[in-house]
Amino acid sequence: MGNVIEVRHLVKRYGDVEAVADVSLALPEGDVLCLLGPNGAGKSTTVRILSTLTRASAGSGQIAGYDLNRQTRQIRQSIGYVAQEAGTDAYLTGRENLLVQAAAHRIRGRAAQDRVAELLELVQLEYAADRLARTYSGGMRRRLEIAMGIVHRPRLLFLDEPTTGLDPQARTALWSGLAGIAAEQQLSILLTTHYLEEADQLADRIVIINGGRVVAEGTPAELKARVATDSDHPAGLDEVYQRYAGPVEEVLAP
Amino acid sequence: MIIAIITRTSIAAVGDQFTATTTMLGRGYRMLRRQPLLFPIMLVQPMVWLLLYSQLFNRLPRLGGFGTDSYLQFLAPGIAVISAFSHGAWEGPGMIADIERGALDRFLTTPMPPSTLVVSRTVQAAIIGSLQAAAVVAVAYAFGARPNDLISVLVILVSAALICAGFAAFSYALALLFRRQETMIAVGQFAVLPFMFLSATLTSVAQMPPWMQEVSALNPVSWAVDAARTSMLGTAGSRVLVDLAVLVLLVAAMQVFARFALGRYRRAL
Ligand SMILES: Nc1ncnc2c1ncn2[C@@H]1O[C@H](COP(=O)(O)OP(=O)(O)OP(=O)(O)O)[C@@H](O)[C@H]1O
Ligand SMILES: [Mg+2]
Repeated sequence: MGNVIEVRHLVKRYGDVEAVADVSLALPEGDVLCLLGPNGAGKSTTVRILSTLTRASAGSGQIAGYDLNRQTRQIRQSIGYVAQEAGTDAYLTGRENLLVQAAAHRIRGRAAQDRVAELLELVQLEYAADRLARTYSGGMRRRLEIAMGIVHRPRLLFLDEPTTGLDPQARTALWSGLAGIAAEQQLSILLTTHYLEEADQLADRIVIINGGRVVAEGTPAELKARVATDSDHPAGLDEVYQRYAGPVEEVLAP
Repeated sequence: MIIAIITRTSIAAVGDQFTATTTMLGRGYRMLRRQPLLFPIMLVQPMVWLLLYSQLFNRLPRLGGFGTDSYLQFLAPGIAVISAFSHGAWEGPGMIADIERGALDRFLTTPMPPSTLVVSRTVQAAIIGSLQAAAVVAVAYAFGARPNDLISVLVILVSAALICAGFAAFSYALALLFRRQETMIAVGQFAVLPFMFLSATLTSVAQMPPWMQEVSALNPVSWAVDAARTSMLGTAGSRVLVDLAVLVLLVAAMQVFARFALGRYRRAL
């Protein structure tokens, strides 16, 4: 099976700021990739480039088999994107939000109604489906946003800090839900998070970004083995993170 | 063969644009409907303007150059147009709300044509602007100011829709470029008075000092007022078609500007 993400040497500059300096990524179909890194490392910017929201200043690659710089429309049909500060419409109900999102993907009528009902059940929001989204709690809103991100059954889902601000129970509930969807639909996921235990549990691959560059990547086990000082005691992911998320000059020093 | 393919793809593109626009209009309508007091204010405000100004300046036509003795009849098309203009100039904050809530970014990652995000809002604004104009015409009618015929009513509504659409697209462009709610509120507050007084909305051009006449001739609000008023008074000539054509060009130019601003917005994301 091929890679749903295959990008090389992405760069994004905002004036003088180089938010992404050099990011290359590969994600095999069906896998979950976690992007880790300190605040301001360039995670969200990377996700915005991969989801075609903004264009890279340099770099190239393929998303879902389509050219990142030229076939944005085809890419958008194949991906779902849930931003760090995602936008539900406050004055629409949960159901209406989902229906509008479905219509934006050209799913309408009966098919849309059925799909929306299915998703409301999946994210356990049936009881609040016809309430305005502004009355939702943070966790409910996040679940609605994720449902909106997969309304068109994408192959690849981008989630930018999906569990930030959720209580521990809501977080585990969200993850078991997503794992279910991912398994059922052959969904590949790229997510960013600051919760290391989350990455440890969910990720098939971890990429650590620091100062706009990829500073480490591998399976959780590979990374732990690499950082371990003593082969009898594999390191924890927190030690891996400590090693790579410090001041970027030190991290990159040989 | 090639032409057939191009035609087919462009028909498909128009179809996409159309369905996407209806989706966004449906969303907009639901959201507007839930804003308390919005529709009453939208309809009452133009009437307040109409009735206050028509009382205040009742005797103005005696100065000459108004083309009618009834100031209400002279004023109604002007208020119809300026209400629609004002609605358009105040469209920016809605775009900012979509930007701030992340709704714009969400739609930008769907296959919906990006231009829909500007076009659908423009269409929605134009519909509201012409509804406001219709309310003004209806109230003026009730107070005795009769439009010349049904076609003239249509011209008034179209002029209102076009001026609203032009300035709505302009304010979307500013919203996308500056992304600041305060800026857009300042634009809305600033725009109405100068555009109203530096145009033929309230008074005959003949009564203006020369410099104002010149500014007024360049003011798009004047073009719309001109088309609407000559129709209302039954004095319309071929000039109406020129006015409307120029307004269409204005709308088209502002759409291009807003598309450019959307491109800028995306690159700065
Ligand atoms: N639209 C923008 N314009 C200018 N600078 C930006 C923009 N977006 C991000 N940046 C800058 O780029 C850098 C990377 O930001 P980004 O949001 O990608 O980080 P992040 O890894 O997602 O951080 P966090 O964990 O806090 O969400 C930061 O220095 C940020 O200030
Ligand atoms: Mg971020």
